[in-house]
Amino acid sequence: MKILVGVKRVIDYNVRVQINREGTGVVKEGVKMSVNPFDEIAIEEALRIRERGDASEVVAVGIGPSAAQQQLRTALAMGADRALLVETEDELQPLAAARILQKIIERELPELVILGKQAIDDDCNQTGQMLAALWGRPQATFASDLKIADGVATVTREVDSGLETIEVDLPAVVTADLRLNEPRFVKMPDIMKAKRKPLDTLPLTELGVEMPAALEAGVCEPPPKRAGGVKVESVEALIAALKEKGVLA
Amino acid sequence: MELIERDVMAYDVAIVGGGPAGLACAIRLKSLKPDLSICLLEKGSEFGAHALSGAVMQPDALDELVPDWRDDPPTICVPASRDEFLLLTRTGRRRLPTPPQMSNHGNFIVSLGSLVGKLAARAENAGVDVFPGFPAAEALIEDGRVIGVRCGDMGVDADGSPGAAFAPGVDIHAGVTVLAEGCRGSVSKQLIQTFGLDADASPQTYGLGFKELWRLAPGRAEPGLVQHTVGWPLDSGTYGGSFAYHLDEDRVYLGFVVGLDYADPQFSPFEAFQQFKHHPSVRPLLEGGEIISAGARTLIEGGLQSLPRLEMPGAVLVGDAAGKLNVPKIKGIHMAMRSGMLAAEHIATETRAEGFDALWRSSPSADELRRVRNIRPGFRRGLWFGMANAALETVTGGRTPWTLENHADHRSLDRSDGNEQPALARADQWLKTRELPPRDRLASVFFAATEHDENQPVHLKVADTTVCATTCYEEYRNPCTRFCPANVYEMVSDGEGGRRLQINASNCVHCKACDIKDPYQIINWVTPEGGSGPNYQNL
Repeated sequence: MKILVGVKRVIDYNVRVQINREGTGVVKEGVKMSVNPFDEIAIEEALRIRERGDASEVVAVGIGPSAAQQQLRTALAMGADRALLVETEDELQPLAAARILQKIIERELPELVILGKQAIDDDCNQTGQMLAALWGRPQATFASDLKIADGVATVTREVDSGLETIEVDLPAVVTADLRLNEPRFVKMPDIMKAKRKPLDTLPLTELGVEMPAALEAGVCEPPPKRAGGVKVESVEALIAALKEKGVLA
Repeated sequence: MELIERDVMAYDVAIVGGGPAGLACAIRLKSLKPDLSICLLEKGSEFGAHALSGAVMQPDALDELVPDWRDDPPTICVPASRDEFLLLTRTGRRRLPTPPQMSNHGNFIVSLGSLVGKLAARAENAGVDVFPGFPAAEALIEDGRVIGVRCGDMGVDADGSPGAAFAPGVDIHAGVTVLAEGCRGSVSKQLIQTFGLDADASPQTYGLGFKELWRLAPGRAEPGLVQHTVGWPLDSGTYGGSFAYHLDEDRVYLGFVVGLDYADPQFSPFEAFQQFKHHPSVRPLLEGGEIISAGARTLIEGGLQSLPRLEMPGAVLVGDAAGKLNVPKIKGIHMAMRSGMLAAEHIATETRAEGFDALWRSSPSADELRRVRNIRPGFRRGLWFGMANAALETVTGGRTPWTLENHADHRSLDRSDGNEQPALARADQWLKTRELPPRDRLASVFFAATEHDENQPVHLKVADTTVCATTCYEEYRNPCTRFCPANVYEMVSDGEGGRRLQINASNCVHCKACDIKDPYQIINWVTPEGGSGPNYQNL
C-alpha cells in the first residue's frame, strides 16, 4: 500500500506574525518557515503505518515555491521514501490545493492520503474535505487514532461531543488532529540519508489544473489592541463598574 | 544510569556554532580543501535564530570570504552614512567628537541573523554538512585530546529520564574540533577549564547587550545614521551606552550595552535600557512606533590580555568563543570571521590544532586588538578617566608601555547593605514611570519568540539553591533576579515563611549573563534540547 502525505511550508508557530506596511498581507521576509505542525503529525502517522507493515511506501507531496524543498527534506529525514514538489510562486487557496493533489493522486494511485486537518497559516481546514469530494472517496477528518486492516481504515475522530469511531473503505482521505501522535525527532544520520532520497519537482503549469480564484483577499490588518485593565478600590466600586458595563443587572 | 547506544559520525573537521566565525571557517576550509568532510552544529532552530548583534559591520572580512555577497545581501543591510556620538544627562544631550575608531564610513548596518542565514546556505551548497537544531552538549576527550563533541539528547523528560520520543545525541568524532560558540560558549567554557587555557590570561570581562527592532512612525528614521551615547541613565562608574542604527522602511535598531563589571547589586541592566528609551531626545523617535523583535546577548570585552590560549590538543577556539571583539570599535563580526578563516587556513595546511595560537597572535587581527587593549580597562576608573585614557591610547596607537588588567565580573558587586532600589533610583536619577513598551521583561521576552519544551530538564544548573535563600539574599539581595534580561530567576515564597529560587527556564534567551555574573559562580548554563531558545527575526 502506498500512502501520500501533504507537507505545507508555513510560517513557524513561534514567529510573531506581522502585517506588512502596505496592508496586503503578512511579512515573510527573514521569517522562519517550517512544516505545518499538523502535516508533521500526518507524516509521523504514515511512517508508523509503514513501520507496522501495513504500508510499503510513503510519498510526501508539497505545493509551493522552490524553497519548500526544505520542508520536504524534513519529511524525508523523518523517514518518507520520496518526495514531490509541485512548484509555484502563487499563494494557493484550499480548492486549488485540492485540485492539484487530485492530479497527483491520479499519477501516484495511493490507497491512503493523510493530510493535516488544517494549516496554521490560513487555518482553513478545507483541503482534505475538498480533496475527498473531488476524488469521490470517503473522508475521515480530525483523526486521533487510525488503524488499517483489510482495506478498511478504522478512525477515531475528535468531534464536538467527544470521540467518534468510524470505518471508511480505502482509498480514503484522513486528516490528522493534534492527538493522533507525537512526531519523532529527526536524527542527524537520517538528515544525511535524506539528501540522497529522490525529491522530484514539477512545475504547476505542467499539471494542467484549472485555477479559479474562488476567494479574493480584502484588507489585512492586525486585531485591535487590547485596552488596559482598570483597578478598582472596593467591592462596591467593582459591582458598580460591572453594572455600568451591563454585566450585572 | 543505563548505557545509551549512540550513533557515531566521523568527520575531518567539526565546527561548533553557526555564527560568523564558524561559518567563515567552514566556507573557507571547503574552498581550500574540497575533499575534507566538515560538519557544523548550531543549537538554534535555524541559522540566525540565536544571532544578535548591533550590528555595524566592517565589510573587509566578508568581502574577502564571499566577494559577491552584495548580490544577495542580508534582508537588512543599510550603508552607514553619518556618525553621532553623544553624552546624555538626565534632561539634555551634548555632541562629543566622534572617536576615530567609531567612524563608520564604508561600513554597513546589517542583521547578523540574516547574514549568517545567507552564509549557512553557502556553506551547505559548498558541501558542508550543516545541522541547525543540534547543540554540542559536551566535548569528548580521550587521552588528553579533544576527539569531537557529543550532541544533546532530544526528548528527555523533566526528571532526566528518556521520554517516549527520546533520541540520544550523536557522537561527532573529528580530527580537529573548532569551537565557534560565541561569547561564553558552554563547551568552550568546559574546555578552557579542562585545559587551563586561561592560566596566563587576565580575568575575562563581559558586557550585556539588549536590542530591539522598531518600526517607527513614518519619516522619523534617517537611513544610515549611526548614533551612540554614553552617560545617563548610567552613573560614571558603570561602563556602557546606547546605540541607535537607523534603517530603511522607517525601522531602527535600538540597543543598550552595560559592562557586567557593574558594582550596584540592585542595578538592572534591562531597566537601564528602558530608562534610556525615555530620554527626552529618544522618546519622540519611538512614540507611535512598535517593536518588531527584541533580544539580549552577552559580549566578550576582555580583549587581548584576557584572551585564552586558542588551541588545545584536537581543538581550536575562534571568534568570541575566545574573545575577539574590538570593544572601542564596537565591532566583532569582521574579527570573528577573520579568526574563523585563519583557523581554516591553518587546518587546511597543518590538519591539526597545534600552531594556531601562534599563527593568530602574529596576524593583523592580534595587532588590531593590541592597539586598543588598554581602552576598556580604563573605564574601570570611571567614564571621565576612561575617555581621557582612551584618547591617550588612540593618539599613541596603543604604544603605551603598560597593559591594564581586567577584573572578573562576578567579583565586582558591592554588598547590598539592605538597599532594595538601585542607587540611581534612590538618587532620583531615574524616571519613576515609563510608558513605552515593553512594560517589563516578560513582555520583552515575547518579542524574542523564545521557546523551550516545558517538559525538559531545566538547562540552568544551580549547584546549591540554599545559597540563594541565605547567603546571596543577605549579601546581594539576589542580583540574578535583576540582571537576567528574561526574568528567568525569581525568588518566591517557599510556603513556610521563607523564600526559594524559582527558575523559569523556558524564558531563557541564551544570553549567558547568569553564568557570568552570579557572584558565587554556582550557575552553569548548559544546552537545552536542540532547537530551543529564541527565534530572533532580523536581529
